[in-house]
Amino acid sequence: MDTFKLAGIDYAILLIYVGFVLGIGFALKRYMKTSADFLTSGRSIPAWVTGLAFLSANLGALELVGMTASGAKYGIATCHFYWVGAIPAMIFLAVFMMPFYYGSKARSVPEYLKMRFDERTRCLNSISFAVMTVFASAISMNALSKLLTNLMPLQGFVLPGIGITIGSYDIYLWICSIIVLAYVLKGGLTSAIYTEVLQFFMIVLGFAPIVYLGLRDVGGWDKLKGLLGQVADKAPALELNTHTFQPDAWTSAWTPLIAGPSHNPMGVDLFAMLFGLGFVLSFGYWCTNFLVVQRAMAAKNMSAARRTPLIAALPKMIFPVLVILPGMIAAGLALTGKDGYRLPPKPLHGAEYEKALPAVKAAASLDAKAAFDSISKATGVKMSPEKVAALVKAAPTLDEPGMKNQLQDAVVENDYDGVILSLVKKYCPPGLLGLALTGLLASFMSGMAGNVTAFNTVWTYDLYQAYIAPNKSDDHYAWMGRAITVVGILLSIVCAYLVSHWSNAMDIIQLVFGFVNAPLFATFLLGMFWKRTTSHGAFFGLLGGIGTSALFHSLSMSAGNVLGIKGGWLWAIMGKQLGDVPKCLSFDSDMAQNFWLASFAFIACFVITLVVSLATSRTKSDEELTGLVYSLTPKIVDHEDSWWLRPSVIGVLLLIGCVILNVVFW
Amino acid sequence: MGLDLRLPIGIYFTLLGIMLGAYGLITGSDAEMYRRSLNLNINLNWGGVLLVFGLAMLIPALIDRKKNAGK
Repeated sequence: MDTFKLAGIDYAILLIYVGFVLGIGFALKRYMKTSADFLTSGRSIPAWVTGLAFLSANLGALELVGMTASGAKYGIATCHFYWVGAIPAMIFLAVFMMPFYYGSKARSVPEYLKMRFDERTRCLNSISFAVMTVFASAISMNALSKLLTNLMPLQGFVLPGIGITIGSYDIYLWICSIIVLAYVLKGGLTSAIYTEVLQFFMIVLGFAPIVYLGLRDVGGWDKLKGLLGQVADKAPALELNTHTFQPDAWTSAWTPLIAGPSHNPMGVDLFAMLFGLGFVLSFGYWCTNFLVVQRAMAAKNMSAARRTPLIAALPKMIFPVLVILPGMIAAGLALTGKDGYRLPPKPLHGAEYEKALPAVKAAASLDAKAAFDSISKATGVKMSPEKVAALVKAAPTLDEPGMKNQLQDAVVENDYDGVILSLVKKYCPPGLLGLALTGLLASFMSGMAGNVTAFNTVWTYDLYQAYIAPNKSDDHYAWMGRAITVVGILLSIVCAYLVSHWSNAMDIIQLVFGFVNAPLFATFLLGMFWKRTTSHGAFFGLLGGIGTSALFHSLSMSAGNVLGIKGGWLWAIMGKQLGDVPKCLSFDSDMAQNFWLASFAFIACFVITLVVSLATSRTKSDEELTGLVYSLTPKIVDHEDSWWLRPSVIGVLLLIGCVILNVVFW
Repeated sequence: MGLDLRLPIGIYFTLLGIMLGAYGLITGSDAEMYRRSLNLNINLNWGGVLLVFGLAMLIPALIDRKKNAGK
């Protein structure tokens, strides 16, 4: 990745942002009196703020980077993560589930599970959630520190007395963590929510001009559609896929999907998309993940809490313009090669250069094929034979930086995560550059803050107060909330180092959480809408669902992967080869494998919970379940609102809008 | 919570708008610099957008603050 040349104005914009988030934290300090003020915002925030924070909590920088990457790789089908995989679930949360979360006075999602079922289910959910939030915040900070180190490398130094070398990565990691710690410690959850709203506007206002310039550059939407039609035809040449597609593969959301997995670049079938993503994963994430639900629970009243996901749904629906369209523009630009643009190649790092540079020098004495093979092997990525041959020829006249540049240019494998930055670099003069980079910095930092504030609440109320020190004073829990915030940040830093040094750690953690989260929505669905669901049913259903996830993953495989962490590890243990995996367990893409895994886990959890509940007797009476289960809770009458402000009416309008968008881009 | 979020957001974007707009004015003659943004003085234009947005947040917040202070 190339470094950016920042001007004084860019640094000024970055620094002013940091000053403002710290200022917000300090301004909120005087309102933090009880543990509830610090950990749950004392339920006092207006709906537009919680709504935008609800959206922002999910819109981390990794989402921004990832969605733009998918926009280039899969085109408009990426919008399914919004129109199928988010909007319906957000409306369901607002209309049907929020009354129980907010009305039950639970302070967290695990606490709701305790009220509805028992301690076992709460404990399972809180521990897995706490670990997940620490890792999620670590992943954010690791990515941010790597990004800043690549963009603006700092001079390292040796710590006097200890002799430990502190590099650019360490400096950025610690400074950014300390900034997040400072404002979360001062203003608690409110601080995190307020900065998430600021981040929302930063991202919108920082990236909108890039989309505008990109679209103008390719000649508008109609021209882009034409270009993407050619991209589909030349997908292998652009390294976007292994085969060609129909011209509408990048520009139609549904037609290629309905045609089957081999006709859409995602490699996904219709059932996996609708049931796996649209129902299980989407409802599981938006309706049960405390990180986002916590934002709605901080709202000032029931009406504001129910409006929170609905307020978030409107921008969410049109967000693909900001995060997916740039990826599509990049794919179109790469086809034309305008002004020398190409999708960024996979970056080569120190270790690869160390092996590859001697290979280039030694290649002069080899024939073309042997030279190409030896250099490709040294870099470990796919290279262009023509460019490698040119490099070998020019090598004696090149200095080391020149050779490195040419070697990097010869890499043909795309680095999709670099697409957004390649556009920032292409279109942003100083000034706008500072704005776009601040948007990225803001979303990484609020990603950490959001996870840390969810972590400290779950730790303090669901683990510490529940199992370690019950019946203490509120001051004690308020103190614990602050102390665990410091611990949470420190743990995130440790995990960031772990993730940066051992990338398998991240894959394994994400895998395990995939197993734990996939079945969770079945537990909530039955628990909230069927009063006969018992505590035994919920607990064993959840365990069965997790087991099913693990079993499915151990047996299934997706194209292009080797048996192991990405799936099929049971076959590997049994000494079988890739070819031994049955066809029904082989998928066209990782995505299809994940969607099917979630579907099986959900069904297993649903069926086991149902059967065990019927076989065991209820431990909670109807009175105890009032406010927690749909049929036992008085219906909310929104009489104080105008009819058009009622959640169900807004929900229907949003759904109609979503359907229209799907039809327009069918 | 007692802090009206429109205030810091309004101040922040008003400030950014003024900074970016002023930078656009100063550097407007640098054709080389703005070749990247397709020969458009994006700093000046977008600075204006940020300023309008900042003021749209700030002014109602200040009016409400004054109203509440009068009560």
